[in-house]
Amino acid sequence: MSSEPRRSAGPQRGLIFGGVALLGALLFTSLVLLSSSVNPLEAYRLIFLGSFSSPIRMSDMVMLGAPLILCSAGLTLTFAAGLYNLGIEGQMIIGAVAAMLPLRLLSDLPVPLLWLLAFACGAAGGAAWALLAGGLRIGLRVNEIFAGLGLNFLASGIALYLVLGPWRRVGQASSSGTQPLPTDVWLPTLDKLRLAPAAPIIALLALALIWFAVTRTRWGLELRAVGMNPQAAGRMGIPATRRLAESFAACGAMAGLAGTIQVLGVFHQLIPSISSGIGLLALLVVLLVRANPVWVLPVAAAFAIFTVGSLQMPLALGADSSIAGVLQGAIVLFALLGRGLSMRK
Amino acid sequence: MDQLIIDLAAILAAATPLIFATMGETISERAGVVNLSLDGSMLLAAMIGFAVALTTGSLLVGFAAAAMTGAFVALILGGLSLSLGQSQTAVGFVLALLCTDLSSFLGSRYVRVPGPAVAHSPIPILSEIPLIGPLFFNHDPLIYTSFVLVPLIWWFLFRTRAGLVLRALGDRPQTAHARGVPVVRLRYLYLIIGGALIGIAGAAYSLDLKQGWSYRHTFGTGWIALAIVIFGGWQPWRVAIGCYLFAALQMLASRSQSVIPGLPTQVFQVAPFVLMIIVLALVNLLSSPNTARHITRLPVRLRRPAEQIVAWLSTPAPTALGQPFERP
Repeated sequence: MSSEPRRSAGPQRGLIFGGVALLGALLFTSLVLLSSSVNPLEAYRLIFLGSFSSPIRMSDMVMLGAPLILCSAGLTLTFAAGLYNLGIEGQMIIGAVAAMLPLRLLSDLPVPLLWLLAFACGAAGGAAWALLAGGLRIGLRVNEIFAGLGLNFLASGIALYLVLGPWRRVGQASSSGTQPLPTDVWLPTLDKLRLAPAAPIIALLALALIWFAVTRTRWGLELRAVGMNPQAAGRMGIPATRRLAESFAACGAMAGLAGTIQVLGVFHQLIPSISSGIGLLALLVVLLVRANPVWVLPVAAAFAIFTVGSLQMPLALGADSSIAGVLQGAIVLFALLGRGLSMRK
Repeated sequence: MDQLIIDLAAILAAATPLIFATMGETISERAGVVNLSLDGSMLLAAMIGFAVALTTGSLLVGFAAAAMTGAFVALILGGLSLSLGQSQTAVGFVLALLCTDLSSFLGSRYVRVPGPAVAHSPIPILSEIPLIGPLFFNHDPLIYTSFVLVPLIWWFLFRTRAGLVLRALGDRPQTAHARGVPVVRLRYLYLIIGGALIGIAGAAYSLDLKQGWSYRHTFGTGWIALAIVIFGGWQPWRVAIGCYLFAALQMLASRSQSVIPGLPTQVFQVAPFVLMIIVLALVNLLSSPNTARHITRLPVRLRRPAEQIVAWLSTPAPTALGQPFERP
């Protein structure tokens, strides 16, 4: 279950295969649309341009893009270390839960300090949850894919328990969410929109930091060396175990920040499905960009555009919005196909 | 007592899709290929199996369509990983998500539409036997098949020559190649057979257990099936025990809501997952060289049983599991 560290053959060839992969994915998605008697052109107009049809849609797209960028950026670290961090959904959930702690317990503090505490707790919670998967993998050789999946289910169980139990709404318990936070701790938004500028700013700063760490520091180099061959890296004096644990923790912290954004800027409460599948989508993003943070921004933005755009499908075309997932999955699948074909001797 | 028999019979029935899925995955992983697409593959097969059975009016055609769906997804996984050298994990994961969304999109018009289902058919005479009758012979044909499937797979893997070759594909592909076994071609074959069983597992939900289709019908169980195969150490019997244990825990989860009022029900819902992780960790801990050293320090009388327990618990994964095969 190791990732293949082979390099693709030059940027031009990569771009050509990328283009062909995109075309293949579009062709496949068109066939799926046609088989459900949906006009592909109409559908693509919504998927590609629907996010730009109104300021509200655009702000939704940004608010989906921000946590997606955070998670994808974090995953480039674990990918570089040769790990499949499928536990990222759970890390987001626990991050959101941890962010709720100061918001509930220390609500008398001044609001800016409360935000700072929430983000710090969110990052710490996500990192701790990731280290749990990391510890299972490093110490007990439990495959990180299965440890992560199990911990995802456990995390959503914890969130559901809190929502229905100790943190339930005053008066009635409802699985729809906890008591909403007081409006003064919501991340401030642009006038009449749901866009909280803090979210994309944090995401881009984190992305820049990770880009710098992976491509411009010795730490990043060592991380990639561990990803390619842990034994060889160890023999060269790189503390492989430590680097693996650090990549888990850093990725978890990013997921925790994403969870905190979901709490402070999107839902303004804890809901059971607080992660909204963003972690899984980020895994698709990272399978495309691999350990290269430069491509996270365009790919994550495109995926956010598809997802938000397709939300109008049921009303406009009477078709299910899951077509965005079909397109995203097909793009990654055809990209893998292209990579495979280009590596053929 | 009667209630216990009814419950046990219900557990045997509820585990049916898991049995098909885990047996398919066991075959595939024993041959050295991880089919991580299991969850999505099962969902897509459940949807297509239901749609086909509904339109043709034939359950058998529905099950065949589901099996073909699972086999086709496995074929794509094989093409990208076995022939084109991409990571089995990456391709399997993408296929899992893609098939899930495909099932939601293509299946939207079949959501909660009433359709055909496998009929309950107690076996005459046998079902009258006290205890055993209601437990094993008061189900439907699909569940009977799941009872036969486990010993069949065990027999094939460990008592036939073809099964020996299959295990060699996962353990010693180079050696198998040197002895003239077409490694890649046979890996395709078992990956596809495993995929077909996974497809049938999907139809077991939509055409039998849950009778119908809705979004993310089986959500989660596919991932559980993957964990159960590891939990069972790639041994058909132990994998089957894992399936029944999981079904029992789930039943307990739905019961406990009324039985123990103080306890949050979520504890029971996530218990199987936590248990799975603990067992995986325990098995790895027991099979480490450290444990062997500790055992040699035990008093002689305890050493033998301790060694046997460890040997029984620690069944290693197929050596070449997930590894690409490159011709020497």
